[in-house]
Parts: sequence; C-alpha cells; structure tokens
Amino acid sequence: MAYALQQLINGVTLGMIYGLIAVGYTMVYGIIGMINFAHGDIFMVGAFLSLIALLGLSILGITSVPLALALTLVFAAGLAALYGWTVERVAYRPLRGSFRLAPLISAIGMSITLQNFVQVSQGARVKPIEAVIPGGIQVMHQDGFAVQLSWMQIAIVVTTLIVLGIFTWLVTRTPLGRSMRACEQDLKMASLLGIDTDKTISLTFVIGAALAAVAGLMFLLYYGVIDFYIGFIAGVKAFTAAVLGGIGSLPGAVLGGLLIGLIEVFWSAYFSVEYKDVAAFSILAIALIFLPTGILGRAEVEKV
Amino acid sequence: MLEVRGLTMRFGGLKAVDSLSFAAQRGEITAVIGPNGAGKTTVFNCITGFYRPTEGSIVLTHPDGTTFPLQRMPGHRIASAAKVARTFQNIRLFAGMTVLENLLVAQHNRLMAATGFGVLAVLGLSRYPKAERVAIDLARHWLDAIGLIARADDPAGALPYGAQRRLEIARAMCIEPELLCLDEPAAGLNPRESEELNQLLLKIRGEGCSLLLIEHDMGVVMKISDHIVVLDHGKKISDGTPQEVRADPAVIAAYLGEGEEDEEVEAEA
Amino acid sequence: MKAALRDAFLSAAVALGLFGPMVGLVTTPTDHGLTLDPRPIATAVVVALVFFGRLLVVSRRARSRQEVVGRNRALAEALTRAGRFVAPALLVVAIALPFTGSRYYVDLATLVLTYVMLGWGLNIVVGLAGLLDLGYVAFYAVGAYSYALLAQTFDLGFWTCLPLAGILAALWGVILGFPVLRLRGDYLAIVTLAFGEIIRVVITNWVSLTGGPNGIVGIPRPTLFGLSFSMDGGPGTVAGFFGIEPATIQRVIFLYYVILALALLTNWVSLRLRRQPLGRAWEALREDEVACRSLGINVTNTKLTAFATGALFGGFAGAFFATRQAFISPESFTFIESATVLAIVVLGGLGSQLGVALAAVVMIGGLELLRGLLSWLADQMGSDLFAGIAGELPLYRMLIFGLALVVMMVLRPRGLVSGRTPSVALGARKEIAAELVAQGRG
Repeated sequence: MAYALQQLINGVTLGMIYGLIAVGYTMVYGIIGMINFAHGDIFMVGAFLSLIALLGLSILGITSVPLALALTLVFAAGLAALYGWTVERVAYRPLRGSFRLAPLISAIGMSITLQNFVQVSQGARVKPIEAVIPGGIQVMHQDGFAVQLSWMQIAIVVTTLIVLGIFTWLVTRTPLGRSMRACEQDLKMASLLGIDTDKTISLTFVIGAALAAVAGLMFLLYYGVIDFYIGFIAGVKAFTAAVLGGIGSLPGAVLGGLLIGLIEVFWSAYFSVEYKDVAAFSILAIALIFLPTGILGRAEVEKV
Repeated sequence: MLEVRGLTMRFGGLKAVDSLSFAAQRGEITAVIGPNGAGKTTVFNCITGFYRPTEGSIVLTHPDGTTFPLQRMPGHRIASAAKVARTFQNIRLFAGMTVLENLLVAQHNRLMAATGFGVLAVLGLSRYPKAERVAIDLARHWLDAIGLIARADDPAGALPYGAQRRLEIARAMCIEPELLCLDEPAAGLNPRESEELNQLLLKIRGEGCSLLLIEHDMGVVMKISDHIVVLDHGKKISDGTPQEVRADPAVIAAYLGEGEEDEEVEAEA
Repeated sequence: MKAALRDAFLSAAVALGLFGPMVGLVTTPTDHGLTLDPRPIATAVVVALVFFGRLLVVSRRARSRQEVVGRNRALAEALTRAGRFVAPALLVVAIALPFTGSRYYVDLATLVLTYVMLGWGLNIVVGLAGLLDLGYVAFYAVGAYSYALLAQTFDLGFWTCLPLAGILAALWGVILGFPVLRLRGDYLAIVTLAFGEIIRVVITNWVSLTGGPNGIVGIPRPTLFGLSFSMDGGPGTVAGFFGIEPATIQRVIFLYYVILALALLTNWVSLRLRRQPLGRAWEALREDEVACRSLGINVTNTKLTAFATGALFGGFAGAFFATRQAFISPESFTFIESATVLAIVVLGGLGSQLGVALAAVVMIGGLELLRGLLSWLADQMGSDLFAGIAGELPLYRMLIFGLALVVMMVLRPRGLVSGRTPSVALGARKEIAAELVAQGRG
C-alpha cells in the first residue's frame, strides 16, 4: 500500500513532464497534421539550456533558489522557443505543399541534427548536477516503508499546473488562441478569412518549444542528470502520451502524459526496470493499432 | 442483379442513408440522383465496400446465379470476386504511372496469379509473359474505346481532365466488371466531352456490363438511363423510368421546392 | 543589397541566440561539479558562417526563380542520361577494386556495399511501396542474430544459414507488419520505429540467449565451397587447396565479393519485381491506396509483401555483417543505423537504384575518404589542424547526415536521381518527370 502510494506520487510527477512535452506534439499535429519528430530534441535542448543557465547564475553569484529557478525558466523557455521557431522556419515551412512524407523526413533530419549538434558542442558525457531543492516531507510510514514526497516533486507538479493554466488561458481566451483553433479546423479557410496562418503556425511551434523547455528544466531538476540522448526516448514517450490521449486534444495530451508516467513507474516497480521502455513502445503500438483516435480524440471518417 | 434492401448508414447521430431499398437490372443503366447531400455518394461507398452499412443488405447476383453479400465483404474482394468496379468523384488515377500501367494495375489479380506468387516470375519460370500479352491486348481494346491509344506511354497525370475521366472508366473496365459504378462521371466536362462520355457508357452497356451512376447533370441522366432512383435526405422519394421520374411531383418538389421543405422543418422545430 | 544585409544581420542575431549558450558556454566537469567553459571564438565562427551563408542565399535568390527551376530540371535530365553510363562504370570499378590489393580500400568498399544493399532493400519498402519504415535496422539485427545463433547452436555453415536468416527476418517482417500496415503513413513510421527499439531492448536484456550488451563473439566465417580461410594453410583451407601462402587479405577480398554478389542480387530482384504485377502494385499503392482497393488489390497483403521482401534483404545483410565482424552486439543496431539507411535512400532519390548506390558511396565512402585524406595531409605537413579535423570527423558525420536530410527535403525532395522509368510500354519507354510521381500518401 505504502509502496504503491510512493509509485503513484512518482508516476504523477513523471507524467506531468511527459504531459508538457505531449502538448507540443498534439498542438502541431492538430494544426498542420505532421509529427514534429524533432520536438523531443527541443526538450533535450531545453534541458541543456536550463543546465547552462543554472551554472551561469551560480557563477554570477545568485544564491536565492527561487530567483535562480525563475530566471532559468525564462531563459530556457525563451531560447528553446527560438529553437522551435527556427526549426519550423528552416525545416518545415519550405515544405508546405510538398509530398506528405517530406515534412516527416525533414523532421527526422532535424532531430538527428539537434542531437548531434548538442553532442558535438556540449560533449557526449552525462551532465550531473546537485539537487537544487533538497529534502521533502514524509507522507506516511507503513511496514517499515516511508512514503516520501520531495519538495522537488511538489515544485514540479505546481509549476506544471501553473504553466498549463497559462497555456489554457492562452488557447481559449485570447485572439491568438482563436486563430490557432481556427487553423486547426481548416487551415485553408482560416487563411482565406484573413488569419496569418504562417504566423499562427510559427507561434504554435514557439509555444510548444517553450513548454518542452519547461519540461526539460523539470527533468533536469528531478533526475539531476541529462545527456544529449534524453530527447529521443522522452520524445517517443510523450508522443505515445499524445496518441493515447487522442492526438489533437490538449487535455488528452496531459491525461495521456499522466497515464504513460504512471504505467512506466508502476511497470518498473512491479515488473522490470530493464523493459520499461519496451512497455512504453508497446503501448504506443497497441494504442495506434486498436485505439487510433485515443481517449479524447475525434474519430475521422475516411473521405473517398 | 443488384438488390439493395433496408440500407441505413449512420455517422454519429446523422442518418446519411435511411432504410433505402432499390434494385438495378442486368444490362441496364441505373442512375441515382438527388440534391446535394442526399446521400448518393454514401450509398456508393456502401456498395463498393468503402463504408460498412449500419443496417441492411446489398446482394449482387452474377449471371451464373452466384450471389455476393456486398455489405459484409472486404473492399478489395468486392472488386476482385464480386466484380464491382467504381470510379471516384475526384479522379484517382496513378498519376506518376503511364496510361498503360494504370490499365495493367487494374488487371493485377489475374496477372499475379500467372506469376506464381511473384517468385517464379522473378526467376523467369512462369506463364507470365503470355498473361502480360493478354493483359496488354485488353488494355489496348479499352484505349481504343476511349481514344487514348496514342498516349498509352504518357504519364496519366499529364493528360487533360476529360481524358483522365475516360481513363478512369477504362481502368475500371479492365477488371472486367459485372457492375460498373460511376460517381459523377460528367462533372467538369464540356458538352462535347459529355456527349463522348454518353457514347462510351452506352458502348459499355452494349458489351454486357450493367452500370450504376450518380449524376448531377439531369441532361446526361435523362438521355441514357434506363432506370432512375431519386434520393433526398437519405430516403428514396421516387423510382422508375426517366419519364415516370420526370413527372413525379415528389421529385419536382425536392429539386425545386427545397425552400418550402426547409420552412416546414423550421416550423416544426 | 541593403535588404539582404539586414536579413543577414537578423539571421546572425538569431544564430547568436541559438548558438551563444550552446556553443559558447560548454558545461565541463571539474572536481566539484560542473562548470562553464567559455568558447567565444567557436561561437563567433558559427555566427559569422550563418551571416555570410544567409547573405549568399539571399543575394542568389534575387536571380529569377524560373532560371533556377530550369537549371534544376536540366541537371536532373543530365543525371538521368548519365545514369546509363554511370551504372556499368560503377559495376566495373566494383569488380576490379580488389585487384588494387589495398586492404584499406577493400574494407571500405565492403562497408559501402553493405549500406548499398541495405539501401536497396529499404528502397523496396520506402521508394517503391511508399511505406516509411523507421525500424529497418530491426530486420538487420534479426538477420545478424539469427545467423550467429544458428551457426553457434547447430554448428551450421554460413551458406546454410544465410537463407534461413533472410527467411527469419522476412517472417518477422510479416509478424510485425500484419497489425501495423493498416495504419496511416506517419503512424506507420512511428510504430516501425517503436518495433526497432523494442527488438534492440529485448536483445540487450535477454542475456541468456543473446549475451546481452556483451554480444556474441566467435561467429564462424564463411567458406568457399567448403574451404575455410584459416591461417594454418592446411588441406581444408583455400590457401592449402590452391597452394598459395595464407593471408588475411584473401578472406577480406572473398567477403568483398560475397557482399557484392548479395547487393547485386538485391538489385536484380528489385528490378525484376518492378517489371511485374507485384512491383507495379507497390508503385500503384504509393500513388493511391484507395484506387488500388477499388481495383481489387488486397492492400494489406501487397504492403506485407513489400515489407517482407525488404526485410528479407535486410536479413541477408545482417547475416553478412555478423560473419564479417565475427562479433555482434546490440550497439550495432540502434536507431542511428535505420536513420543512416533512410538518409541514403532519401538522398539517392526514392525508388532510384543508381541514386541509392551513389548516395551510399558518397555518404559512407566519401566521408571516410575525406578523413583518410585529412589525416594523410596531417602526416605529410605535420599539421595539427588537419589531424584535429580528421579526428573529429566521425562525430560530425551524423550531424551532416541530419542536415543533409533537411536540405534535401527543402531543395530536391525527389533526391539526387529523380524521375521514373515506366515498367512496360507499347512504344518506346519515356522517362516520367519527378513532379508527377507521388511519394506515398504518408
């Protein structure tokens, strides 16, 4: 019981991170119907930017943890957004109107590029940091097993909820959000009605990348170690989350993220840690084959 | 030969086709007409296996008496076993392949059987060369019929629109169908092309193939159809010869009196 | 010019944002945690490159678009025409190569040919049938492990195991393909990627069967009609039989001809199949799946045959890889391998046999030769700069691959050699312009 509760706490924390990345996948898919394969690597770049910012701030002598974290968040999200914008501008925008697999192949190229760029520029070795927010509280104690809820986990869940709150407000209450939803319904019609679709698509990538960078910071704080390869696995898992929740659906992405986080943690705890990625990949395959519309997605009728 | 009974198709809460029944006779051209959104293409997609009907049966009978329950057959079997061919409202040719290749792809199943599952033909040990010659002869026959023999080696995507429409029909004929279903074959054609199309369709009927067509253009329909089924809001409102249908007040109301009906609906609501 | 300058400055500003922290501030481990190491010169170089690169692109764009399009088309036609002479020339070079007697070149050519074969195998799936398979390495791995395990467990020879390895890989293709081939193109890509990773993780963790991360060592070498290439020169060996001095180069050359034959077999089968109903149905599937269904083609089975045929050749290549290396481990079968092969197919031009071969030669052989040239220059001139670049080149290889994929999609999405030759004709065969050929609905 206590053991399961601990897994639940860990699963929700991890799920929040996956959910944040999944939102980026689902937004882009909703609007231009492509799998932004490089999104996982934007997350990885976000994690590296966070690492650089944290180190830089400590060198500059900023010791207040909340201030340092806030500055890091802004720095990483801002620059990752620039990465998202550039990737769209360079690799995807020129391909609109090309054959359908072209953007996907270009995205795979971008993913490989980003991964190897970070490997070349920052080195292939893993980057460990000390815990930024140590400690936590003991929730309960049972049969010699203590359930820990660390401050870090609380911080991750709270930050994610705040960021998602802002994001929801952006999508549902602002003109930008309205344009985004219009583009999602019908890109051509939206552009005929005077919406600057290029700008809207750019902003979608910018927002998605910023969210992924927040996830990158969370990942760095939670695990305390990153390398250039984390984007690949985390990206596939977040994509699985987006599919599971129903691709195109924003609440679905968060829900899917939570599910994947919980499944991964419980699988590792009760079955085998070695095969935890197999679990995630299998769920992806099974979800795509048997539940292609996901939990909250809309069914598509094939037009002939 | 084609018997549709109680066909119903629901998309979510919407009933696109509502317990429709009609029959098409062998050797005839049967037309399904109706205003926009009447459910014509949906009926077609049910018959040709692209949609699975919610309820009802669609039975095709071959001259030898074999019957095929189309509503439960997989899409490709409807073409290969039941011999129902179709064309599409927005032309679907293999644009990057030549005209001749398009017609050979249509004969895939017969040619494939001659290759010994592909393995023997790779090794050069099969009756494939002979089968290919037969297939090319059939293709040549239909290319003659649609007047495209000179362009056999050009890519299909490079043909003018009207020729693409004819090619799509020729390609469907290459599966040697019992029933040919045409989805708005005259759409976008000029009067001369439209007339050529009529001749082609009559020729196809002359060769013993029955036709089922969806059409908007009343001119085409009245001129060549033997039998017309009129749909409106997913229901059959008339069924008979062109003369009977033309005189049917329900048809006139559906085509001309759309406004009235809408007002009624609003009044009821 | 002023607009071009402004554009270039903006790009440089963006580049500064992108590369300033990532290139300019390196996280370096010290005794007490990480620290930041500034690298201003590298950053300045990268930003300057972006600035001048952008300036060049913008000023060139001023020229008429028409002119550029026309030139591209002329280039494509010239390439296609040249193809008729290039292919036989390449074949002659490939056959004659071992007579140079240089182990370095033969080894390199063997590597290149392995990728040519993988590229041709994947070309059946991606280029002809239009199915994007991101997990092709899975079949390569199945082939390699099948051979290694069959040879070691049942003491079978290479030539017995080779077909078995291919068939097992094809069988996996069918098993994996059956549920997933109904999926839309981009979903299919992701699921195949997932399968590729699943197979790798299973190989890594199933220690009792596969040796786990340590892999399998001592995989038997192939024989020439029962004669082995061992160094003792006894009667059962090639050297003993022909009465020559045993030397490693004999085995190296033999392996080279084995992979050359296997690659040519792949090419021959793909070309034969293209002329036949099956290959034509694959291409039709790439053009329009819905139309295929309406013509009575069993879409799932046809896709499955493409998948299985691709897997078969992947399996052959895997078995060859295992026997050549005599050692395999999961590290050789990562997603990077799939991506490399896909890059070769895409760069070469989806569906073009010659293009794939050229792309493999340039991307695998070219970079390797460049490295060789740089280190040779470094030796001759005693220059540290060249030695440094040569040493770092493998690191940059995947970076170049990734960028090449993007650049190709943007500039020449149809690949180096585009256009398509009809499989059958009443009169003379005419080349079909690439613009008309679909590349899979995706």
